[in-house]
Amino acid sequence: MQIFHRSTNTIAKVSIFGAIFFLGFFGWVYSELLRSPYATGQGVVRNQPVPFSHQHHVAGLGIDCRYCHTSVERSNFAGIPPTETCMNCHRQIWTNADLLEPVRSSYANGTPIQWVRLNDLPDYVYFNHSVHVAKGVGCVTCHGSVDHMPLMFQHASLQMEWCLSCHRNPGPNLRPREEVFNVSWQPPADPDAATALQEKLVKDYDVKSLTSCSTCHR
Amino acid sequence: MDSDHGTKGKCEAEASRRPGERAPLDLETLREGLRTKRGPELWRSLDELAATAEFEELLHREFPRQASEWPEGVSRRGFLQLAGASLALAGLTACTRQPIEKIVPYVRQPEQVIPGRPLFFATALTHAGYALGVLAESHLGRPTKIEGNPDHPASLGAADAFRQAAVLCLYDPSRSQTLSKNGRTGTWSGFASDVNAALRARQPFGGDGLRILSGTVTSPTLEAQIKQLLSRFPKARWHRWEPAGPHHERAAQVRAFGRPVEVRHDFSKADVVVAFDSEALTQGPGSVRASRDFAAKRRVQTAQPQMSRVYCIESGPTSTATVSDHRLQLPPAEIEAFIAALAQAVGASPSGSELVTDPHVKPWVDAIAEDLKAHHGASLVTGGEHLSPAALVLIHAINGALGNVGSTIVYTEPVDADPVDHVASLRELTSDMAAGRVDMLLLLGGVNPVYTAPADLEFAKALQKVEMSIHHGLYEDETSRYCRWHIPAAHELEAWGDARAYDGTASVIQPLIEPLFEGKSEIEVLAAFNNRPDAAGHDEVQTYWKTKLPGGAGGFDTAWRQVLHDGLVANTQAAPVSVTAAGPAAAAGAGEIAAAVQQARARKDAVTLLFRPDPTIYDGRYAANVWLQEMPKPLTKLTWDNALVIGPKTAERLGLRVEETVELTVGSRKTGAAVWILPGQAENTAVLTLGYGRAETAHGRADGGAGFNAYALRTSDALWAVPVEIRRIGERYPFACTQNHHALDPQGNETKLASEEAERRHVIRKTTLAALQQDPQVIQKEREKPAAGETLYPAWKYPGHAWGMAIDLNVCTGCNACVTACQAENNIPVVGKEQVLAGREMHWLRIDRYFEGDLDAPAIHHQPVPCMHCENAPCEVVCPVQATSHSDEGLNDMVYNRCVGTRYCSNNCPYKVRRFNFLRYSDRESPLAAMLYNPDVTVRMRGVMEKCTYCVQRIEQAKIEAKIEDAGAPEAGPHKIPAGKLQTACQQSCPTQAIVFGDINDPQWEVSQWKADPRNYGLLEELNTRPRTTYLAKVRNPNPRLEPTRTPHGDS
Amino acid sequence: MAILDDGAALQSPEKPYKTPIVAPGHTTATVTDKISSVVQSRTPRWWFIGFGISFLLLMMFLNAVTWLLWKGIGVWGVNQPVGWGFAIINFVWWIGIGHAGTLISAILLLLRQEWRTSINRFAEAMTLFAVACAGMYPLLHLGRPWLAYWLMPYPNTMDMWPNFRSPLVWDVFAVSTYATVSLLFWYVGLVPDLATLRDRSRHRFWQVVYGFGAMGWRGSAKHWHNYETAYLLLAGLATPLVLSVHTVVSFDFAIGIIPGWHATIFPPYFVAGAIYAGFAMVLLLAIPLRVAFGLEDFITLRHLQNMGKVMLATGMIVFYGYMTEFFFAWYSGNHLEQFTSMNRILGPYKWHWIGLMFCNGLAPQVLWMRRFRTSPFWLFVVSLIVSVGMWLERFVIVVTSLHRDFLPSSWGMYAGTKWDWMTFIGTLGLFLTLFFLFIRFLPLISIFEMRTIVPGTKGEPSRGSEMTEVPQ
Repeated sequence: MQIFHRSTNTIAKVSIFGAIFFLGFFGWVYSELLRSPYATGQGVVRNQPVPFSHQHHVAGLGIDCRYCHTSVERSNFAGIPPTETCMNCHRQIWTNADLLEPVRSSYANGTPIQWVRLNDLPDYVYFNHSVHVAKGVGCVTCHGSVDHMPLMFQHASLQMEWCLSCHRNPGPNLRPREEVFNVSWQPPADPDAATALQEKLVKDYDVKSLTSCSTCHR
Repeated sequence: MDSDHGTKGKCEAEASRRPGERAPLDLETLREGLRTKRGPELWRSLDELAATAEFEELLHREFPRQASEWPEGVSRRGFLQLAGASLALAGLTACTRQPIEKIVPYVRQPEQVIPGRPLFFATALTHAGYALGVLAESHLGRPTKIEGNPDHPASLGAADAFRQAAVLCLYDPSRSQTLSKNGRTGTWSGFASDVNAALRARQPFGGDGLRILSGTVTSPTLEAQIKQLLSRFPKARWHRWEPAGPHHERAAQVRAFGRPVEVRHDFSKADVVVAFDSEALTQGPGSVRASRDFAAKRRVQTAQPQMSRVYCIESGPTSTATVSDHRLQLPPAEIEAFIAALAQAVGASPSGSELVTDPHVKPWVDAIAEDLKAHHGASLVTGGEHLSPAALVLIHAINGALGNVGSTIVYTEPVDADPVDHVASLRELTSDMAAGRVDMLLLLGGVNPVYTAPADLEFAKALQKVEMSIHHGLYEDETSRYCRWHIPAAHELEAWGDARAYDGTASVIQPLIEPLFEGKSEIEVLAAFNNRPDAAGHDEVQTYWKTKLPGGAGGFDTAWRQVLHDGLVANTQAAPVSVTAAGPAAAAGAGEIAAAVQQARARKDAVTLLFRPDPTIYDGRYAANVWLQEMPKPLTKLTWDNALVIGPKTAERLGLRVEETVELTVGSRKTGAAVWILPGQAENTAVLTLGYGRAETAHGRADGGAGFNAYALRTSDALWAVPVEIRRIGERYPFACTQNHHALDPQGNETKLASEEAERRHVIRKTTLAALQQDPQVIQKEREKPAAGETLYPAWKYPGHAWGMAIDLNVCTGCNACVTACQAENNIPVVGKEQVLAGREMHWLRIDRYFEGDLDAPAIHHQPVPCMHCENAPCEVVCPVQATSHSDEGLNDMVYNRCVGTRYCSNNCPYKVRRFNFLRYSDRESPLAAMLYNPDVTVRMRGVMEKCTYCVQRIEQAKIEAKIEDAGAPEAGPHKIPAGKLQTACQQSCPTQAIVFGDINDPQWEVSQWKADPRNYGLLEELNTRPRTTYLAKVRNPNPRLEPTRTPHGDS
Repeated sequence: MAILDDGAALQSPEKPYKTPIVAPGHTTATVTDKISSVVQSRTPRWWFIGFGISFLLLMMFLNAVTWLLWKGIGVWGVNQPVGWGFAIINFVWWIGIGHAGTLISAILLLLRQEWRTSINRFAEAMTLFAVACAGMYPLLHLGRPWLAYWLMPYPNTMDMWPNFRSPLVWDVFAVSTYATVSLLFWYVGLVPDLATLRDRSRHRFWQVVYGFGAMGWRGSAKHWHNYETAYLLLAGLATPLVLSVHTVVSFDFAIGIIPGWHATIFPPYFVAGAIYAGFAMVLLLAIPLRVAFGLEDFITLRHLQNMGKVMLATGMIVFYGYMTEFFFAWYSGNHLEQFTSMNRILGPYKWHWIGLMFCNGLAPQVLWMRRFRTSPFWLFVVSLIVSVGMWLERFVIVVTSLHRDFLPSSWGMYAGTKWDWMTFIGTLGLFLTLFFLFIRFLPLISIFEMRTIVPGTKGEPSRGSEMTEVPQ
């Protein structure tokens, strides 16, 4: 007597071999998910109390990064400008633009502006801006060309593999120190010249590949 | 880093307070400041951030750092824990979506503040009234760490455990937080008007019935204020009570010199030291400096070896004994007999009856006397406060006779503002109170006489008779319960003040943070008494110093800034006085002793109970400080409790076992206690340290009535020693001991086994000066050590730095300063008594204590054990996820966030220096704890391993600084940290400089020279772990005339 | 009936080696009926009782594990210096037990030991369940169990690989491989029997269930041919695993530098110990089962005493292992080794050691005597003692080595908390629960293999369901 329909034979065979492919597929989806903006926040624009435009201030007005991010050369933390810094200019210009109301009120009654953090490393990662700057890593290398960002977003995935890709081979991400804050600097077009420059910088700045755990985790 | 402290790092708190700007450090701005910093710099987890919101809550939260995870039920913490876990289990852990976080800048950024970089402020912290100059590290207005002030004579860069733990006390939520009147919340203005009214009422009677009770006061400003008050109220009186103060010493001085003086020892000039029951190296105003000077004479250059010789004659093991050459163990009376005999021998007192007849002791007297005489003017005899005044008189006489006065010992004007006999002073106060002659009493600066006063005075009873009683202190305690008013004291890191060090040098105490609670300083309270209730402490201090500071070129302001910058007022040492011990006094002393000794010898087997200040919580004032509570006591290695400490013989005779409860009876007074057996405790003596066994948990959770109350038996006529009856009750009272957990038995077999094994395994290597002079290699020959190549793994290469540490066992007194420094620097959690009992204490740096030889009179060794950072690290091989791995500079990195918690590394570590978060020990929620944390070190979660990192955060910071400096000069070669530019926390705090750390690739660093010393050896180096932390073997300089207490290893 | 009686009569204690592995008189039909009846007859009361108890224990296990995950590993007794406690002890203990199954099915198969056929099925099941229990401990004992997958090598965003030098990583592979192969082996063996059950069930539901498991087995010659090949292949695969698994587990200790762990003798005597423990457990299960289901005909005294012999042999090897350890401790002249050995005998844990010597060294010696070898009762007792002994062995290895290692300053003591015990007893519950389900729903003796050893030809499955009821 038959309990099952003949088709079940086929189904059985297919499912056995299918399983392998299914598992593979699942693994692929998972690893993709890990690297997706959903997980990393890469490229996600977030609402800020004030829709500050780096494009306007950097490309348009040509303000140097360090005017606002004052401690970038001295501290692990680049520094977020105090309201005072905004008001230095906005005392004179756009004095009653609605967009700037939060800034003015903050300045008036001394309550800080609460920005949404974009480049946010896990708390067990100790990144230091000053030393990267000193070693000739450009701002845009990690933060992207902010001069083209009307609204700010996280440029890189900020995942460990991303950090390591540079820490294992820093050369390609180096530039002359004086160009660090230049958002429009480009390496020499000629590949030989580019590599030559890289090697020179690595030598001059004594740049090493630092991959010991304690370099970032303490 | 240290040079940082020295110069540019130091800034005046003034600078961040320029006129016109509102003080940036009130709570609001503080929290703003906190929020300003995001990411690793400050917060370790989002829930902490959330927690700052409800700031009120923290005011009523029990102190969480003492987290013992046992309470059942689902706490909020527990919930978050599970939430975290389940989120993780949800599978997306590998990518851990960052929660959306806010980043909050200042509105106006104070000058000097660079987010991410600490500031160091020079200030001072007092202990029992005396100041020690310190540097306080501040992250965005949060004091996070205390370090010694290299420019301060009492510190020279080191800081003791008490001072370093002060920063924890600052953030202790169990501190009293509001004024209270009759138990109800009061206000400062209300208090001021009360005081004002009361004083006005007393004006006509010249302030009759107005009394002030304080501890030792060295603050010039406070002294001036009190004097001012007393001049307004001539009938008012100022009483003093310092429970563990120098009572006998003062009495002795008065008898010897007819006046109180300050005794200043200079060990750096002493070639022969004789210490009678003396803790001069770990207790007393100048102990930090004393340790440094002492070490200078004990440090041996193997090139031309020479060192001082130290004798210890004592009834119980002292820290001094652990670094001595000869240790003689005698009951208190016999010690005094010894002193009398010695006095005769060196001609300090008229030769009389032969007091020391014991054939074992006699040769000691002769040998020591001879040795002392041979080093005229270059010897030093010290006597502990616990000796009788008579004995102390003799010791002054002896020093005088040996010509030490002026060289190794200097008498100066007292630092203590108008020194009085505290016992008499307190007795007078209590009798007046009892007689109703006191109707207004100010208890200033946290004095707690209801708990600490001698039992026979019955202070509490008398206090109830006082109508207007005002208690001022950090905590609501036994005394405050009896007082009408309680004024919370401001912490010394919160308020302006001043104080003087052991040598009289004055320092101005500057606040790093506005009072977290409603605290007021002594100075502000006194100002209120002087009709200036709203005077800022800052102004009070300045007004005093305006008259004292030299105007100079820049006028007062420059001078003031200089004082704040240096952390001390130049040239304010107390003036030396020339006094000589009066002959009659000595003679009388000798006579007294003779009588006393006869009595003592009469009652043979009677046990003498000795009271001592506790090495961790002193006289009880630090009972709320969980760092100190969990700090193992140097010799017993007990935590969280005091115990009735007796020697093995006595225990056997009384049939007492470890952890057994007993009843102590002194006259009509009784108290309970539990027994701890300590080899080296003289027969028929028992020690009970002060400060434990509080009636109620006066200090939040920390002391929770732990331990046993010595004050209950302490009377004004027997402050330090009294005959006691011990009755066995026999219940079990578990002690949390950090060494040989549960391995002690009355016969001491386990301890014996442990010490024998330690010998066999050459844990502590030692030799004698003589042996070393003969053969510098004696230590190396002691044990063969595997050749470099003997491993299957390829050798590491260290092109850049190669970090290493060396510890000189010859000068380590086991004072625990390094342990506390490590705890503060590395956010090491406190786990609580149950967890210590379970064997889970977290200290990265522990100090092992070993006994050598006869357990009834052993030699004692201390050995600090941090991570060894082995070249062939057994832990690295076995970690399945590479959470611990070798760095390119030879560090054995521990990556918390990679650790899954197999504990295999710890099992495989021969030194057992790894520590595991078995439960959630770190407080990651309460804002107060968050303020204390060092932002440069990850706060570990439960389930991960941790261990000493050689302060890698300091290494990395120093490297970064070096790199940035070199960036200035492009031609500069490879970036190297210059020698001495980097210190680990333990090294920095060590009073004897027993620890050096640095680059062993670079001969410039001191550590390289130490490693080259033939005394240098590695712990268990036969295992070929090739430890980076090594030890300099102990060298002893025994008197050939006496059989040395320890036989040098190898030879003999 | 008569048949059975004769069969019983034939089992003379005097000449048990003469006892056949199947009582004479059985035909393929009776074999099939007898065994499948176990599954298809009404559920006996004792089953419900037994299952109920086991299930309660299982619930206790879940309770303990929940608390563990909630609070952290600290609810257990582990500490410094004893970083490993019950969890690892139980892990090794269960893994050891998990050895007998595969050994019996694979190695004895290759060695053509026909007597194995009547015990290999439930021995394999036992193996699977034991490995399941064992497998849980390495996860549970982690400080952060939810990150256990970091021990797996897989491309991740951290660019990190596990540390292939660490024995724990080897464990992951060894145990998971062993579990997989045993499962396959067991299942493949089941297929024809599932078919039999399918054909014998009359209720549609069971037909579907068993049919699903049988994967369309029709017992055609082609099927049988493929089947034999596959089974033999798997047996070949499984054989080395029997040796590898416990060897690797022993590396967890042998690789460490702790005196008492760091010994080359570990792999062989761990494997021997495993087989030892495994057979003890098989006996512990077989002896009650044959009574309960009246399977004396198939699990005869011959089986019991064969297993007794294996136990005796492996027991001696293990004992030799202990002695070797002591010998080398002395011979090495290494003070640390010597201290550890003496500390085992005289230290605070001396009673554990003495107990171990009694259970594993002394007790099994009675098996030299046929009277004990052939008495189910005594075999049961000895097996029980041996199981306890093997647990003690692991306790002694793990705890006494760690609690007093190199530096006397960091010596300590260890004791399991109530949560340790609940977890341990809980896994016993898990094991028994699974086993009860197994004996209820699957043939605990391989039907078709029995047929092959029944005197007479290999017969077709006969449909004698009317005589499935068997007097107990």
